[in-house]
Amino acid sequence: MTELALVTDRSPGLRLPRLLAGISYYSVAGLRDHEQQYGPLPLWGTSGRRRPGRLLDIVDASGLTGRGGAGFPTGRKMRSVLSGPGSAVVVANGAEGEPASCKDRLLLTRLPHLVLDGITLAAHAVGAREAYLCIHGQETDLLDALDDAVAQRRAAGLDPVPIQVTGIPGRYVASEQSSIVGYLNGGPAKPTFSPPRPHQRGVHGRPTLVNNVETLAHLALIARFGDRWFRRIGLPSAPGSTLVTVSGAVARPGVYEIEMGTPAGQVVMLAGGPAERPAALLVGGYFGAWLPAGAAWPVPMCHAALKAAGGAMGAGMVIVLPVSSCGLAETARVVRYLADENAGQCGPCMFGLPALADAMADLAYHGGRRRALERVASLAGLVAGRGACRHPDGAVQLVRSALRAFGADARRHEHRGPCPGVTRAPLLPVPSDADWDWA
Amino acid sequence: MNYELRVNPIACNGYGACAELLPEIIELDPWGYPILLSASVPRSLADHAKRAVAACPTLALIIYKAQ
Repeated sequence: MTELALVTDRSPGLRLPRLLAGISYYSVAGLRDHEQQYGPLPLWGTSGRRRPGRLLDIVDASGLTGRGGAGFPTGRKMRSVLSGPGSAVVVANGAEGEPASCKDRLLLTRLPHLVLDGITLAAHAVGAREAYLCIHGQETDLLDALDDAVAQRRAAGLDPVPIQVTGIPGRYVASEQSSIVGYLNGGPAKPTFSPPRPHQRGVHGRPTLVNNVETLAHLALIARFGDRWFRRIGLPSAPGSTLVTVSGAVARPGVYEIEMGTPAGQVVMLAGGPAERPAALLVGGYFGAWLPAGAAWPVPMCHAALKAAGGAMGAGMVIVLPVSSCGLAETARVVRYLADENAGQCGPCMFGLPALADAMADLAYHGGRRRALERVASLAGLVAGRGACRHPDGAVQLVRSALRAFGADARRHEHRGPCPGVTRAPLLPVPSDADWDWA
Repeated sequence: MNYELRVNPIACNGYGACAELLPEIIELDPWGYPILLSASVPRSLADHAKRAVAACPTLALIIYKAQ
């Protein structure tokens, strides 16, 4: 589904694309292509301008934030790992749990060396002796390809800290950082109770830096071209570029690289514009929020602005819902999926999410039987904030945003029955990998 | 000394002893899991809170000194 511009100019002054500058329509970027495109990995030693502290200063100054969903400042995360006891561990999170996102997969399949550079740099910055690159275990082709890339780099003497490519279960919550840490420690890939958080006690009990693979790819460019280069685009409060996955009713769905702060409507236009009259945008994925199309159009794509608009940036998904679809039915299907994906650990999530999914289905498909609208609202309040991880909170945020964005439609469903949109083919992707195990 | 309560939702199996012993602060949801009406424990209830913590069969109720 990817649609990408082919650009081969390597000038660091070039505005966009940055991460995707090295991508080719026809092939995977090998180590030599990669070095030709971006230049060699700058060698970071232990003293002078190349000491670890200097790299941390550059990351801080760049204003880079996590691209996995939370948007936490990367430099601050690194410093908290560095301040922990003993040598650290780096975990690159490439297990893209969001069904509507494929930017991490694009990076790993087409530009693996950018991510691997980032892992090596992160390991240097926090003084790690172990590094893992985690992706979904079902993706056996990708596992093999990444193993080859790692071997190629080892032969070239590039990565002082060995990088271990690891497959993790492909469940929605398995890519939550405490799940990954638990899995690498030999347990199930399920969220754990915190504290301790991974940066305090993670893999093998060591301070662990868990970063999204796109964040690490940005790090690979920041180490080469500097923090001022990074800040040259984007917003002062949210600098740089970011990858977004645009899908739904657009002419050219795919992964695009945008400046942070690009209005959501402009992102839709980048993907060829709406294929039908848009009713709403789902921004931020399944832990994100529905925003009515008119209201969403001018909202800048950055964490602060989207939060202020009642949404979330998440890992940068934008899905366009056409007026002919039913936002309530789409939401009901996703909430059912999220309910099925609960880890079976926390009671309120284990029982509350299926009940919430039932109530949403009653509202969307059954003319609001048993006062569905009221039940949805009260269940949402009952479930929010009561899990060990943010899974129930994410589902509740999605549901509440649906009631806001499709409020008039919800009352029509409740009193007069389903709208014609419920018969349309589903728009939001919901994988059926329920047979895939946790361990 | 001010105390605060927290539930470890993974450890909690919904036995409900806490809500019996500390109804002023803990209610049960429709599935029998505790809802804390407030995290902070009034001084007058500190002993009751400690008793509720001690009574939890799965050690899911946690009490700690407020920062």
